[in-house]
Amino acid sequence: MEPFVTLTAVAVPLDIANIDTDQLLPARFLKKPRSAGYGNFLFHDERKPGFPLDDPAYAGARVLVADRNFGCGSSREGAVYALVDGGFRCVVAPSFGDIFAANAAKNGLLTITLPDDAVAALRRRLQRTPGATVTVDLPAQTLTDPDGAVLPFAIDPFKKDGLIAGLDDVALTLQQQDAIDAFDRADAEARHWLVPAGP
Amino acid sequence: MTAPPRSLFDKVWDAHVVTTRPDGQALLAIDRHFLHEGSFHAFGMIDHAGRKVRRPELTFTVADHYVPSHARSQPIADPEIANMVTLLDANAARHGLRHFGLHDPAQGIVHVLAPEQGLTLPGLTIVCGDSHTSTHGAFGALAFGIGATEVSHVLATQTLWQRRPKTMRVTIDGTLGPHVTAKDLILAVIAAIGADGAAGHVIEYAGSAIRGLSMEGRLTVCNMAIEAGARAGMIAPDDTTFAFVEGRPFAPKGALFDRAVAHWRGLPSEPGAVFDREVTLDAAAIAPTVTWGTSPETAVPVTAAVPDPGAEADPGRAGQMRKMLDYMGLAPGTPLEDVPIDRVFIGSCTNARLEDLRAAAAVLRGRRAVVPGLVVPGSVPVRRQAEAEGLDRVFADAGLEWGEPGCSMCVGINGDLVPPGQRCASTTNRNFPGRQGPNARTHLMSPAMAAAAAVTGRITDVRKLGGR
Repeated sequence: MEPFVTLTAVAVPLDIANIDTDQLLPARFLKKPRSAGYGNFLFHDERKPGFPLDDPAYAGARVLVADRNFGCGSSREGAVYALVDGGFRCVVAPSFGDIFAANAAKNGLLTITLPDDAVAALRRRLQRTPGATVTVDLPAQTLTDPDGAVLPFAIDPFKKDGLIAGLDDVALTLQQQDAIDAFDRADAEARHWLVPAGP
Repeated sequence: MTAPPRSLFDKVWDAHVVTTRPDGQALLAIDRHFLHEGSFHAFGMIDHAGRKVRRPELTFTVADHYVPSHARSQPIADPEIANMVTLLDANAARHGLRHFGLHDPAQGIVHVLAPEQGLTLPGLTIVCGDSHTSTHGAFGALAFGIGATEVSHVLATQTLWQRRPKTMRVTIDGTLGPHVTAKDLILAVIAAIGADGAAGHVIEYAGSAIRGLSMEGRLTVCNMAIEAGARAGMIAPDDTTFAFVEGRPFAPKGALFDRAVAHWRGLPSEPGAVFDREVTLDAAAIAPTVTWGTSPETAVPVTAAVPDPGAEADPGRAGQMRKMLDYMGLAPGTPLEDVPIDRVFIGSCTNARLEDLRAAAAVLRGRRAVVPGLVVPGSVPVRRQAEAEGLDRVFADAGLEWGEPGCSMCVGINGDLVPPGQRCASTTNRNFPGRQGPNARTHLMSPAMAAAAAVTGRITDVRKLGGR
């Protein structure tokens, strides 16, 4: 995946709470191969007049500033593919669906969690000057708003390292192969019923 | 110095940590990995990297999301849907996995099938590329949904990197009233804490109302933990659990079962175990519950009216409510019992078990539905047992369709859709915009409530209709 270090880009505000992954990627597109590109499926059924992502003033947006519980619902990783293929690299919200946030990190999409009032203020700021840019500095863990105000954010160090390096977790895990083998041997002794015998 | 008292979650988590990094990330061993047709991305990833399935004996594939609800003896008409089912057959065969395919006598929704087959056991870690994997926590397992990249990681390593979540105990004491079910209980919990109220947490459900639930009811309650944003939901295993597990096809047998039970009896939370958050509800105060909006947190007693955004102090919240009411085609102040419905759906991993079908049939027996409806059992064994009890006849006599097992109209990808603009009384778990089809309107409720709605053609308090 593409590493994430810093980004300066147009940010588009979306004043809708509880955006679920069915809205991000309607289920009927789940059977499409990734090679088809998921960008055209992003918010497919929400693209009505006035939808901010279709506003030319926000053209080229790579940051989405949303409301609470963004990405709740289905575990479909395709919701992240749709955002990434649609050009997004960062989503800012007061809270995220846990599975969505995990999927995002595995695909180079940074999720930034900030307090409700800070995110609401940022959305209003972006609505005042559509097309304004923000800067995200992942190593420094800061988001700079269009007025230059710096908002620090917290992030899991494991997630941060993975995003900056753009690495596949499996390679990291395979370095623990001896520990996994030892665990499995001990566990097989402790729980003889672990492997089902079958009917 | 004695060790601090541990919770059910603490015990299951601690027993599965292979190693912990200095930054706190733990490598967790995974005991059961279930995959459905949507897993083709993950199989593609391991194939692309040239990796094999590390523990095929702990990995099971199930056709449920795309399987047709009708005419199973015929080829699937839509070639794209047919391809999803056959692709899973091929991936399972190539990696040597036990596969519950379209024509397997145990086939069903993965979250119905695995408990039924004895694959779900107390104390296990269970993952699946499906958010409703939380269902399996009903047995005292730690079970949660993951995305495709994590699925590929589990396939290749049988482990997963995780940060230890926070814990929340939801205690529900007292007795549920007549016609008030596990579905009403969990909808009331979600309404109380919000759709993101348990984000980052694992919920343990406790209290006498939970203890009093059957395994079917506990599965319903844990199924919808994700709708409160929880990573997982868990219920301590007890004699109800062990009696359910005993004799299931894949469950341990004989002396091995006895040893497992002895181990499982040590899993429940110890007195004094500390949770990051505690929530309590009174079971007796819970009414039959329905949702009015496009988030499960919009659950209210059926006796309530559609809320008024004008009475909402927070302008942001009021705006969200208007948007939901607009989508749902509802006017503020309308009594929910006056809301007409166009169809009913009884099924899904939330409510397609035998107890659910019996509850719906109890309301429908001797009555006629005035709107079309579809009843889809959760598995082939559920379907067979329901037919042995004559439930299929009750549904047919009422004018409802009787389908073949699968996810069906809950996720709307096998061809079963609610037409645009239509209003569905549904026993599923999500009322999201477009969930049951583009512009479909979903009201979540229990099987008995959905049956009552079918009989009257509007949202109905089943307590007034009564069983027969």
